[in-house]
Amino acid sequence: MPALGADMEAGTLVEWLVKPGDRVKSGDVVAVVETQKGAIEVEIFLEGVVSNILVPVGARVPVGTVLAQIDGAPGAAPPLPLEPAAAALKPAPQILAQAPPMPAITAPSSRLKITPAARRRATALSLDPTMIVKGTGVEGSIRLADVETYASGAKLAQRPAKKGLDLSQMRQAIAAAMSRSKREIPHYYLTETVDLNAALTWIERFNAEKTPVERILPAVLFLKAAALALREQPQLNGAYENGAFIPSSSIHVGWAISLRGGGLIAPAIRDADKKSLAELMGAMRDLVERARRGNLRSSELTSPTVTVTSVGDRGAESVTGIIYPPQVAIIGFGRVVTRPWVVDGRIETRPLVTVSLAADHRVTDGHIGGLYLAAVGRLLQEPDKL
Amino acid sequence: MNTPQANAAATRMTYREACKQALREALLSDSRVFLMGEDIGRYGGCYAVTKGLLEEFGEERIRDTPLSESAFVGAGVGAAMAGMRPIVEIMTVNFSLLALDQILNNAVTIPHMSGGQFAIPLVIRMATGGGRRVGAQHSRSLEGWYAHIPGLRVLTPATVEDARFMLKGALADPNPVIIFEHVMLYNMEGDLPSDMEKVDIAHAKLRRAGRDVSLITYGGSLFKALEAADALAAEGIDAEVIDLRVLRPLDTKTILDSVAKTRRCVIIDEGWRSGSISAEIGMRIAEEAFFELDAPLRRVCSREAPIPYAAHLEDACLPQVATIVAVARELVRPS
Amino acid sequence: MTDAEIRALILELIGEIAPEADLALARDQDDLREVFDLDSMDFANLVVAIHDRLGVNIPEAHYNQLFTLECAIAYLHDALTQPKQNDG
Repeated sequence: MPALGADMEAGTLVEWLVKPGDRVKSGDVVAVVETQKGAIEVEIFLEGVVSNILVPVGARVPVGTVLAQIDGAPGAAPPLPLEPAAAALKPAPQILAQAPPMPAITAPSSRLKITPAARRRATALSLDPTMIVKGTGVEGSIRLADVETYASGAKLAQRPAKKGLDLSQMRQAIAAAMSRSKREIPHYYLTETVDLNAALTWIERFNAEKTPVERILPAVLFLKAAALALREQPQLNGAYENGAFIPSSSIHVGWAISLRGGGLIAPAIRDADKKSLAELMGAMRDLVERARRGNLRSSELTSPTVTVTSVGDRGAESVTGIIYPPQVAIIGFGRVVTRPWVVDGRIETRPLVTVSLAADHRVTDGHIGGLYLAAVGRLLQEPDKL
Repeated sequence: MNTPQANAAATRMTYREACKQALREALLSDSRVFLMGEDIGRYGGCYAVTKGLLEEFGEERIRDTPLSESAFVGAGVGAAMAGMRPIVEIMTVNFSLLALDQILNNAVTIPHMSGGQFAIPLVIRMATGGGRRVGAQHSRSLEGWYAHIPGLRVLTPATVEDARFMLKGALADPNPVIIFEHVMLYNMEGDLPSDMEKVDIAHAKLRRAGRDVSLITYGGSLFKALEAADALAAEGIDAEVIDLRVLRPLDTKTILDSVAKTRRCVIIDEGWRSGSISAEIGMRIAEEAFFELDAPLRRVCSREAPIPYAAHLEDACLPQVATIVAVARELVRPS
Repeated sequence: MTDAEIRALILELIGEIAPEADLALARDQDDLREVFDLDSMDFANLVVAIHDRLGVNIPEAHYNQLFTLECAIAYLHDALTQPKQNDG
């Protein structure tokens, strides 16, 4: 079960697209899993023959669980399971002549008392154990039998796992990732107003000669400029993990797509700096369509090295984002507005966009961020070179 | 002695007799084997295990020693280095403390420090445990201490078959082996299958299969655990009993398999609870089978006090069947 | 093609772009982008879909004539009855 987000802990296997005996190669989609981010197609990065399906359809398993075995895959080590570090600090117990029969439990009473086996079973059944009112185990703990009893009663009410988005789960995932970001990442924010006169004039001319499917949106220029400017400031592109920044040699831009009814997802546009504008438009169109249908692929959610968000023509004038961990920067483009602007000492009306940068102060300082925004602005003045 | 399966073709004998037959077999089959210890010759051993062996094998091979555990265990280490197969008897584990330097710094360490040039095929037998009303300095259970030491193999035969056949495996081991014989077992009787010739000295053994809770124990507590399992069965609780048999190296797999099945576990250990072998077992379960557990781990150990002389106090101090039943019941059916 | 058919087609195409949209919500004077929460990419896709299905090539400058159902129907009606103006 791949980790498809910074705070994903488990996923439900919805569909197998291969069966034992099938030959697979790197890039094949082998399964569909339901995560907090919706239904995601799981790709494989090995070559070989599927020998064993280990997780049945409908099962919810923790991140790191081996889903299937592939024969003939050299060094196909399963991903390490992630175990959250238990950090239960207890005061030193008093020294007694007679050891107490049971160490005092110092955890706050609000914590659910549930046995490890019961918790694991509840997770496998996608049950919320807090719904189990009464435990019959030691000290009123919820134990395996309580979960089984609850599950048999809840089975009728339980909706089957289906393809599509679970918005409440996505809300939880966003809450977890954004809370972590705000908790751990010391953000700094910069904005820069950019004159889009040249860019929009160029797009107008470009689109006028094109059929609808060939036309591009201003957002494509934003994306390309943001990606190219990262080449100049590579410290904004990469991951901060285990106390150190690891720069990425490729620029995979997570393109933020808001979903109707709530929710947000930022699948990757790989090597955005190397793609032509037409290719970028095609990639964006494809991602938006698949995000709407809940058909994104696993690698698309895990590979972004930076995020770009553009609020479009119905959004607010500026946006300062929250970094998606473990990335170290998010670039925002507000709504294009027409305002008075000083050009060569004279006031003119110009289409303007506010470009913002939220970056991780552990990795870069405002000077780097300022240079980056200046580069974005400069690149947008020469749209024909993008 | 109520061993699980009563075999038609079996000989009934005491645990003491099984120990003696094991020694006789060793003496008869290998001329390098000899016995050494306090009062094992003329007196026949303080628990009468070696009674009659002096007459049969003579003073060369059944050697009474001065009252110096350090001296005769040291002599055993030297004899083992020189190629003999000494079987040293220490009256009880309590007195083995006088020989700890020989055991830990010499017997265990020489094979290591000589880079394997010297093997120490030494077997030390000693009685252990309480229940005989002989006071604190004769009643301790220190098997867990010895199980702490890498380089030792620690055996705790609890059944007639293990008493009869573990010695053979111990003699075949090139490293020092300690065999703990619980004092309350010597007079117990059990059936020895007539077709049996050996037992392994590496694995724990399932003595009774069950679904609801694992009772993990060894040595003198095995029969208390089996009796507790009978009492629990009468209440409809199906207890499994694991006889560890070997405290070092510990057969973790058998323990984990049992816990994975029953998901509940009581460890019964006559040693004191703090820093005991039961603590080690509990920790291994916590480390390797945490997510299998459906109840907290529990232990029944001796009270943390010197074992009293007075009968009612000694009984109150040692693990008893009623306690095991109560603790196991509380895990399965909390009140 | 009747106006009713054009209306049905537009809603069908919106349904493909926004699968979760409740098409019954559409009233002729409302801004489609607001009712169905269409962003600029969705709207661009709607223009592409209209081009594919009806052969009407709507120039970018005319996008603002398609923001309501009423306007869009009128625009497409005109475009379809004067095919030479937009030969796609």
